[in-house]
Amino acid sequence: MIRFIARRIFLETIPALLVIATITFFLIRLAPGGPFSTEKSISVEVLNQLNSHYGLDKPLLTQYFLYLSKMLTIDFGPSFKYPGRTVTELIAESFPVSLELGLYALIIALVLGILSGMIAASKPSSIRDYLTMSVSMTGICIPSFVLGPLLVLIFSLKLGLFNVSGWNTASDRILPALSLGMVYVAYISRLTRGSLLETMVQDYIRTARAKGLSEKIIIFRHALRGAILPVLSFLGPAAAGLITGSFVIETIFSIPGLGRFFVTAAFNRDYTMIMGTVVFYALIMIFFNTIVDILIAFLNPRLRSTLK
Amino acid sequence: MKTKSINAGNSLWREGMQRFLHNRLAVSGLVFLLFMITLCIAAPLLTSYSYESQKLSSGATSPGASHLMGTDVLGRDLFTRVLYGGRVSFSVGLCATLVSVVIGVCWGSVAGWCGGKVDSVMMRIVDIAYAFPFTIFVIILMVFFQRSLLLLFMAIGAVEWLTMARIVRSQVMALRHQEFIDAAIGLGLSHPKIILRHILPNITGPVIVYATLTIPAIMLLEAFLSFLGLGVQPPASSWGILIREGTEAMEEYPWLLLFPGAILSLTLFSLNFIGDGLRDALDPKSSRE
Amino acid sequence: MKKLGLLILLPVICFIQCGSKSTPVENGIKKGILHYGNQTEPQDLDPHIVTGVPEFHIIQSLLEGLVIPDPVNLQPLPGAASSWEASEDNLNWTFHLQSNGRWSNGDPVKASDFLFSFKRILSPALAAEYAYMLYCIENAEDYHKAKIDDFSKVGVKAPDDSTLIIKLGKPTPYFLSLIMHHSWFPVHPPTILKHGNIDTRGTKWTRAENFVGNGQFTLATWQINRIITVRKNEQYWDAANVSLKEINFYPIDNNLTEERAFRTGQLHITSGLPSQKIDWYKTNKPDELRIDPYLGTYYYLINVTRKPLDNKKLRKALSLAINRDELTEHVTKGGQIPAGCFTPYNTAGYSFDTVLRFDPAEAKRLLAEAGFNDKNPVPTFSLLYNTLESHHTIAQAIQQMWKEHLGIEVTLINQEWKVYLASTNSKDYDIARMGWISDYNDPNSFLDLWVTGSGNNRTGWSNLTYDSLIDAASRASDQSIRYGHFKEAESVLMDELPIIPIYFYTNVYLLHPSVKGWHPNILNIHNYKFISLE
Repeated sequence: MIRFIARRIFLETIPALLVIATITFFLIRLAPGGPFSTEKSISVEVLNQLNSHYGLDKPLLTQYFLYLSKMLTIDFGPSFKYPGRTVTELIAESFPVSLELGLYALIIALVLGILSGMIAASKPSSIRDYLTMSVSMTGICIPSFVLGPLLVLIFSLKLGLFNVSGWNTASDRILPALSLGMVYVAYISRLTRGSLLETMVQDYIRTARAKGLSEKIIIFRHALRGAILPVLSFLGPAAAGLITGSFVIETIFSIPGLGRFFVTAAFNRDYTMIMGTVVFYALIMIFFNTIVDILIAFLNPRLRSTLK
Repeated sequence: MKTKSINAGNSLWREGMQRFLHNRLAVSGLVFLLFMITLCIAAPLLTSYSYESQKLSSGATSPGASHLMGTDVLGRDLFTRVLYGGRVSFSVGLCATLVSVVIGVCWGSVAGWCGGKVDSVMMRIVDIAYAFPFTIFVIILMVFFQRSLLLLFMAIGAVEWLTMARIVRSQVMALRHQEFIDAAIGLGLSHPKIILRHILPNITGPVIVYATLTIPAIMLLEAFLSFLGLGVQPPASSWGILIREGTEAMEEYPWLLLFPGAILSLTLFSLNFIGDGLRDALDPKSSRE
Repeated sequence: MKKLGLLILLPVICFIQCGSKSTPVENGIKKGILHYGNQTEPQDLDPHIVTGVPEFHIIQSLLEGLVIPDPVNLQPLPGAASSWEASEDNLNWTFHLQSNGRWSNGDPVKASDFLFSFKRILSPALAAEYAYMLYCIENAEDYHKAKIDDFSKVGVKAPDDSTLIIKLGKPTPYFLSLIMHHSWFPVHPPTILKHGNIDTRGTKWTRAENFVGNGQFTLATWQINRIITVRKNEQYWDAANVSLKEINFYPIDNNLTEERAFRTGQLHITSGLPSQKIDWYKTNKPDELRIDPYLGTYYYLINVTRKPLDNKKLRKALSLAINRDELTEHVTKGGQIPAGCFTPYNTAGYSFDTVLRFDPAEAKRLLAEAGFNDKNPVPTFSLLYNTLESHHTIAQAIQQMWKEHLGIEVTLINQEWKVYLASTNSKDYDIARMGWISDYNDPNSFLDLWVTGSGNNRTGWSNLTYDSLIDAASRASDQSIRYGHFKEAESVLMDELPIIPIYFYTNVYLLHPSVKGWHPNILNIHNYKFISLE
C-alpha cells in the first residue's frame, strides 16, 4: 500500500505537476496584455519598477527556474493583482469554502443520483424509468448559470425562504449546492441505473431472490455494492471539478471560494495566481483520483493486487 | 479475398435499430432534433428579419403578431436570433465533437493497438492532460487567438478528446487480442489497414454513443464561455448568448429566457435520450428486461 | 421510498428560515450599521498603492487627508488640517493640523507623518501608479524618477509637529481639490516601518490586526471576497459628529446579484444597477433610484496616424452622423448626457459650448468635401472595444448609424480587457472606445490628456497650438484667464476631433431612503462623516 502511494507520488504526481507548470508558465507569458496595463497610463518608470519588483525583467528561462525552485517550498509568490497577499494565502483562505460547497453538492448529487438511478432501474422502460431519468437530467440540460438564478428567483425572491446571496448562515449553502450538484445527478443516476441493470441479472441476485429476500434488501445490500463501482470511478474527476469549477455559482451567489480566482486570475494576467491555481488544481485532481483508486480496489477484491 | 467483418455486424446493427425504435424517449428525441435542425437550416426562408438589425426605439417587446417570440432589448427579433443561433450552436457542437472524435479515436487506437511503452506514454499524457484545468486553458487560448469560431471549436474539442481516447483505447485493447485480428495479422495485412478495416468499424458503436453524449456537453460549454464573454462574438447569436441575455433580463422580459432556454433544454434532452437509446440498443450487455 | 424522501426533506426544512426576521437593512438602521455593496474585492487598503474606486470607498473611512470635500459642492472642509493659507503667489501652502488629531492607537497626528507619507508615495521602489498626483510639489517628480535622491530637496517641510508647509513647483489652481485624493493621505510611520521599509511594496501593514489610521473608522475584519468591516474610531478628532457606528463593505461582483441583495434588504447602497432594471425602478421605486452626474466622458479614440482617419473632414463627418440623443435615451438609458464637447458641463464652473450635434446632411456634405464618393468610397475600418455588453450595444448602434447616414462599413472588434489595453497602448487600432473619469474637479484633468506625448494620448495626435494653450493655462492663476485658455484649447480639440465624445457619465445606483446626508456630487465622494441612518 505504501509502495502504491509512493509510486503514485514520485512516478506520476511530480512529473505531471512539472509538465503542467511548465506548459502554463510559457503559455500565459504568450498571451497579449500584461498584468500591469491599466486604463490610465502608467509612467515608464513605474512600470519598470513593477516589473523589477516582480522579477519580470529577468530573462524568461531565469524566471522559469526561479519559479520552479520556489514552488518546491510551496511559495508561489505574491499575487500581482493583490500586492499584499501571497498566492498560497489566497488559495488557503478560499479553498475551504469551495471544498465545503463541493462536498454538499457531491452529497446532493450522490443522494439524488443514486436514488433516481435505483427508482429507474427497478422497472426499466416504464413510465417510472422515463420520468425519473428525465428529471435527473435537468442538470445537464439547464446550464448552471440559468439554474442558479432561477432557483434564486423562485425560492429566495418569490418565496422568501433563502438569502439571495452570501455564505453565512447554514441555509445559504442549500441553493448553491443544489445548482452545482444537479449537473452530476444526471451522470450518477445514469451510471447507477446502468450498472444496477447489469448487476440485477447476475446469478447471485437470482439466488438472493430465490432465498426469499425482499426486493429492497436485495437492492440495498447486494446489488448496490457492485453497482457502486462505476459511480466511484466517476467521482474522482467529478469531485475535483466540483471543488474548483464552481466559478459560475460563486459569482451568482457571491461565495468567497477558489473557483472565482481561476477565471479572474486569467483575465487579470495575474501570472503567479494562475500558476498557483493551476498547480493546485492538478494536485487536487491527482489526489482525488488516488483516493478513488484505493477505494475501488478495496471494494473490488479482484483489483486489490494493484494496490501492492 | 475481402473480409466480411462488416457483415458480421450487420444483424447487430439491424437488431440495434429495432431496439432503438422501441425506445419512445429516444425516438421522440430524434424527431425533435431533426425538426430543430431543419428549422435552423431553413432559417432564411422562415423569417424576413435579420438577426442583427436593431430597433432601438421599440426595445424589448413581448411575443405578438409581428414577432413570434418577441424582441430583445435592442429590438431584434428573437425568433430569428434563435434560428440563427441554433445554426451556430449546432455547428459548434458538431465540429467540436468531430475534432474530439478524430483526435480521440486516433490517439486511443494507436495506444490500444501498440500497447506496451507506447501505450504507457500516451496514456500518461492523457492523465496529465486530465489534471489540467480546462477553464484557464480555454480562456488563455481564446484571449490569445483573438476569438475566431474555428479556434473555439478546436479549443473545446481539444478538451473532450481525452475521455474518447480512453474509451477507444480500452475497446481497441479488448479487440486486439481476439482471434480474427490474429488471423488478419497472420495473413500479412499491414497494421494501419487492420485498424482501419477491422478495428474501427467494430468500435463505431461506443464511439457514436459517446459522441452523441458529447455534443450536449459541448453546447453547454459554449454557453459557459458566452457567460464569460469569450464565446461566439456578437452580433452573431448562439443559444449560449441568448440564454445569458435572457437570464439577465429574466424578471423584466421572461420570454427572452423562456424560448431559447426551452429550445436548448429540449435539444439537450433529445441528444441525451438519443445517446442513451443508442447505447441501450447497440450494447448487447445492457438493458436486459 | 416515501420514508426516505421525508428523511431528506427534514434537515432541509430545518435549515430554511421560518418566520419573519428583520433584514440587515432594518437592523442597520436601528444600530447605525451601513451595508455597502462595494462591487469588488479591493486590491489592497494601502492608499499609496491602490488605484480603484472600490478601494477608495473603504480607504476614505480609515484615513483622512488634509482636507475633505463638502458633500454638496465639493469645496474643501477641514480634515486632518484645521486651517490653511496660501502665499501671494499661491506657491506656498501652510497647513495647520488639528490639535487633537489622533491615530487609532492614540498617537498624535504629526506633520512629520505627512512628510513621511509623501516621501513614501514618491519613493521609486514603491512603484505607486498615482505618484504623479504629487508632481505639483517642487522637485517631487525628480525625486520620484530618481533624478535626485535627497528628499529634503522636495518642497515639503514640517517646521513643527502641527505645521506642514508645501511648496509647489508652479501655481496649481485646483490644488485643494487635488489633495482630497487618496494618494495624498497620510499613513502611520511606525506601523509601516514595523512591517517593512518605507518603500516596501505589499507588506502586511494593511491587515486588520495591524492597520492604524487617522480616519473616522478602524479596520475590524477583512475576510477576502466576503466582507470588510470598519468600526467607529473613538480616537478620531471629530468622533462626536460621526453618527454611523459601523460600515460593512460587501464585494459583490455580479451586479444582478447585488440588485437582488438590495431588493431583499441586505444592502443600503449598491455600486451600480443593470440597465434593464432602470425602467422598473423609475416606475415603481423612484425614491431608491439614483442617477447622479459623474465627472467623466465616454468617447471614441481615433488613431489619426492611419488612413483614412487622418482626414479631419472625415472625422467630423463621423461625429455628425452620431445621434447621441437616441443613444442615451434608448441604448444606455441611464440618464447619461449627450456630449456636446469633451469636458463635462460645469466642471468646477467651466462649461464649453455644445458644438457637437447630430446633422446627417452636413455629415454627408463633409464626406463629399473630403473626397469620398461612390467612385472613391471610404475603406472599411475597425471599431475596437473591450468585452462588455454595454460597449457592444453602443458600438453596434453607432455602426448602424454610420452605415445608414454615411454608407460607411465598420467592423466591430471586441477584445478582452487586457488585450484591448495593449492594443490601444500600441496604437494597434483604428477607432477604439475609451472612458475617462476624472480624479479631481478641474477641466485640466480632461484637457491635458491630449497634450503631445501624454501617456494617455493614444491617438497619435499632436498639435502645438493646443500644447501651448494648455501650458499657458497651467501658468495662469486667474481663473477667468485660465478658463479662457482652456476654451481656446477645447475649440482646437473640437475642430480637429482626434476623439469623438459620445456622452458624459452618470452614476446609476440604488440607495435606501434611510441613508441621510448622501448628496449627489460629480466626483461621487461621500464622506461618511456626514452620513446617518434613520
